[in-house]
Amino acid sequence: MMSGSFWSMGGYARYVWPCFAFAGMVLAWNLWSARRFFAAARVRAARSLEMAEGEER
Amino acid sequence: MWTWFYKLASPPHVYGAAAALVPWLLGTAAVALGYGLIDGLAIAPPDYQQGEAFRMIYVHVPSAILSLTVYTVMAAASAVALIWRIKVGFAVAAAAAPIGASFTLLALVTGSLWGRPMWGTYWAWDPRLTSELILLFLYVGVMSLRSAFEDSSRGDRAAALLATVGVVNVPIVHFSVVWWNSLHQGATIVRLGAPKMPGSMLWPLLSMWLGFMLFFAAVLCIRVRGEVLIRERQSTWVREAIKS
Repeated sequence: MMSGSFWSMGGYARYVWPCFAFAGMVLAWNLWSARRFFAAARVRAARSLEMAEGEER
Repeated sequence: MWTWFYKLASPPHVYGAAAALVPWLLGTAAVALGYGLIDGLAIAPPDYQQGEAFRMIYVHVPSAILSLTVYTVMAAASAVALIWRIKVGFAVAAAAAPIGASFTLLALVTGSLWGRPMWGTYWAWDPRLTSELILLFLYVGVMSLRSAFEDSSRGDRAAALLATVGVVNVPIVHFSVVWWNSLHQGATIVRLGAPKMPGSMLWPLLSMWLGFMLFFAAVLCIRVRGEVLIRERQSTWVREAIKS
């Protein structure tokens, strides 16, 4: 169990916790957006291939 | 003589190697960040002057170092692409830009949150803070310039040129605290001689630094795979990669 003094961070809680929370958000956004970008690139490449195959036929 | 280099930088090789690296990089990053967080938040002693507020160092310093490292990677990849006409260089530069911008923003926000209790202000037009803000503008400029062209290859070249020229700001950010009078403290880790911190505070910081670096490498690999797919979508190997 974490003590109250840990969460209060010696009176600096309103600076320390937002700092770590924002860092967590930036890391999470980076991972999410990179995966989304890759998935979108796969879809784009697949569509491009389908179009090319359609033209060949 | 350079055949191995071109082979190593070939799009199919980069695409496959990045896929293999991602799980390892993410796994080791999670371990390093987990250890750094627990040690940094709960075990490391408070600073004798700043008290518990110093713990913000564990995200501020790694993000600030990463903001410069990512820019250097982006500029090096751009230069390689421009000089040797290696297409993967453009892909790496394009993939690095949004990651670098986000870590620069993180460094600015965490620095601002740290500055309020220590300096009494969220922002000052200090050389370190101002040059870091210029770094963020450079990232945004590189991304905007790339997307401003209808012809993507022209956009790549223009963005690569800006990224290469803009690298001059990296030493300015790093040495700003030495060259000018600054509110910001001097270098603690990246300096000549031993670090200025005791081991109990230093180890979690090094662990967080390593974790951020590995995380960046993992995210870069994922984005580079996407960039390579888009750029090579007419190639035969992409057809096979998509179908598998």
